[in-house]
Amino acid sequence: MDIGLFGQYLANGVMLGTMYALVAVGFTLFFGVLDVIKFSHGDVLMLGSFTGFTVYIGLLSLGIENPWVMIAAILVVSIITTAALGAIIARYLVLPLKSAPPLNILLITLMLGTAIREAVRLFYPDGSNPKAFPALLPTASVDLGGFALRADSVILVAAGIAVIIGLNLVINRTRLGLAIRAVAQDEETAKIMGINYTMIVLVTFAIGSGAAAFAGIMNGLYYNEVNFGMGLLLGLIGFCAAIIGGLGNIYGAILGGFLFAGLQTIGAVALPFASAYKDVFAFGVVIALMAWKPTGLIAERSSDRV
Amino acid sequence: MQNKTIPDTRWMGLPHLAVGLIVIAAIALFGWQFLLADSEIAVLGMVALAAMAAFGVGKTGLNKSMSAAMRNHGRSMNIAILLALVCVIFLLGGEHFPLLMLTTTLLYMTVAFGLNAQFGLTGMVNFAGASFFGVGAYTAAVLTNHSALPPILILVAGGVFSALIGCLLIVPVVRTAGHYSAVVTIAFSVMFKTFLEVNDVLGGPQGLMVGPMKTFGWDFNSSPLLMGMELSFYVNYALLGAGLAALAFMFVQRLERSWIGLTLDSVRLDETASACFGLNVVRAKVLAFTFGNILIGIAGALYGMMISFIAPNSFSFSDSLLMVAIVLLGGLGSLWGTALAAVIVVLLPEKLQILQEYRFLLFSVVVILMLLFRPEGLMPRKVRSYFPNWRPEQ
Repeated sequence: MDIGLFGQYLANGVMLGTMYALVAVGFTLFFGVLDVIKFSHGDVLMLGSFTGFTVYIGLLSLGIENPWVMIAAILVVSIITTAALGAIIARYLVLPLKSAPPLNILLITLMLGTAIREAVRLFYPDGSNPKAFPALLPTASVDLGGFALRADSVILVAAGIAVIIGLNLVINRTRLGLAIRAVAQDEETAKIMGINYTMIVLVTFAIGSGAAAFAGIMNGLYYNEVNFGMGLLLGLIGFCAAIIGGLGNIYGAILGGFLFAGLQTIGAVALPFASAYKDVFAFGVVIALMAWKPTGLIAERSSDRV
Repeated sequence: MQNKTIPDTRWMGLPHLAVGLIVIAAIALFGWQFLLADSEIAVLGMVALAAMAAFGVGKTGLNKSMSAAMRNHGRSMNIAILLALVCVIFLLGGEHFPLLMLTTTLLYMTVAFGLNAQFGLTGMVNFAGASFFGVGAYTAAVLTNHSALPPILILVAGGVFSALIGCLLIVPVVRTAGHYSAVVTIAFSVMFKTFLEVNDVLGGPQGLMVGPMKTFGWDFNSSPLLMGMELSFYVNYALLGAGLAALAFMFVQRLERSWIGLTLDSVRLDETASACFGLNVVRAKVLAFTFGNILIGIAGALYGMMISFIAPNSFSFSDSLLMVAIVLLGGLGSLWGTALAAVIVVLLPEKLQILQEYRFLLFSVVVILMLLFRPEGLMPRKVRSYFPNWRPEQ
């Protein structure tokens, strides 16, 4: 294989990995604070990118055409919307079921995801067809030994990595992050120490959902398309990534995201018959990995108490 | 002893069995008319009537009499229900569409019974129900097109293949607990549909034709004659579907009542404690998972032969969710609840075409409300009776 093609695959893999890592970080945050799996995450992401698309149309009709202003507005509105949605889901669907069997939360969020997906399909104008997301970033490219490195990819990856690093700093360096980690470690002790438990849970869900909206916008800008079904696949991939890395571990989520992207890229390169099988291959490997390491590569340390 | 523990629950002075038979007859009559109703208003009216009747049943104590009838005269009641179903099928006779709906409902019911053995009894959620259903249907498609196997064996093959594909998942599902194993099945479900869509041998997104069912010189796709009247060929499938659902019901009920069911229950309630008491947790899970998949696969094979054309879109993740929703709505482990929920989830949108487009949205919202406000389901499972003739207070 020539170096140009290799570079292309590498750039694509890094882009996918950043996106998946952003989604996986959300799953890991939710699991960290509440020990729950919020499966509507992918569909919240999809809603975020649809919100962004709506903002874009709104701005066009207002006559604003500066792409940077547009991107800023799209990001701000969709991140705020999904963050609010994430907090609402946590407040009204997840917290009330906290004492129910853990499976019920998985089920209720799965059903919520379906409801969001179907609502967009049915009620968004022409929602069942893919929408052409605008290419707002500069598309100039630099030729690097046979492959074209596009400016928009570089900007997207850089922004994505910046968000991941920012999240990491928030979790590990701020008072809010300290509170989140305290709640994740021991809910009751955290409460005794005067941490507003409900508030922290809601904020965590808002942060995770906001990160998902960012990933959704990234996805839209990169593929120039949004559709109502994208959330299911991205959510599932993000979740698999979080699990491979070991749920509740933020580095694990990042590692898992890039690993999954790597698997998909290798699947597309190595399977000679068709790159159409890349998802099948990637999920197959995930299932096999789960059989081998049931709680992820960075294993969750736990023991059963009777 | 029984009479002492159970207060007299007679309804209007009638013996329990008589009450039971009357109710069965009424339900059969209602079902027959419901399947035939063709205007949306009529369907809505009948739904309202059914809701009112269900409410009234609770108020007048009829439900207690019914459950007494089911308890004391189980065999006669079950036979009566099966007979009523067969009567409804023959009464529908020449009507293609109602029979198709009835059979689809019965097949989904079979699937839900299979899922119930996995989810309701053993606590393993299977979000790949539609995939195993699809394995059965695609097995039927390939075998009817490329082999001369008698169709009754094809049904069995559908179940066997579904179980074999399930074996691929057994290691990750059994080794992982709770959430993680649910995700394995979700990943499989999405993977399976993607696979079907990109695989040219299995027809890709366009799908495959399935051959008809032919057994002992009985061509299922030719119209049978009954007393000089020509019936719809769907009568054959409806009868087979009814047989299958009844068989599945019987198997799952027997399973539940046996010591195996007791093992499955204890594995669901506490895996660690079960293991401490020497129960083989892995064996119980493998058994329940495989048993459920066999039922789902057989139902899928018959479904494929009945609609004679299958495409990946019928076996998507949303369909799997709908199947899990049936089990949840009915009440975990409650077989009659499952049957009722299958009717609501499958038949209602078919009859009310307005709902058809919105059914995934509607039922996902219904399940959300259900989980929030009535997590035990429409007809919660009763407490198991541990000693002969001992019944908990009703």
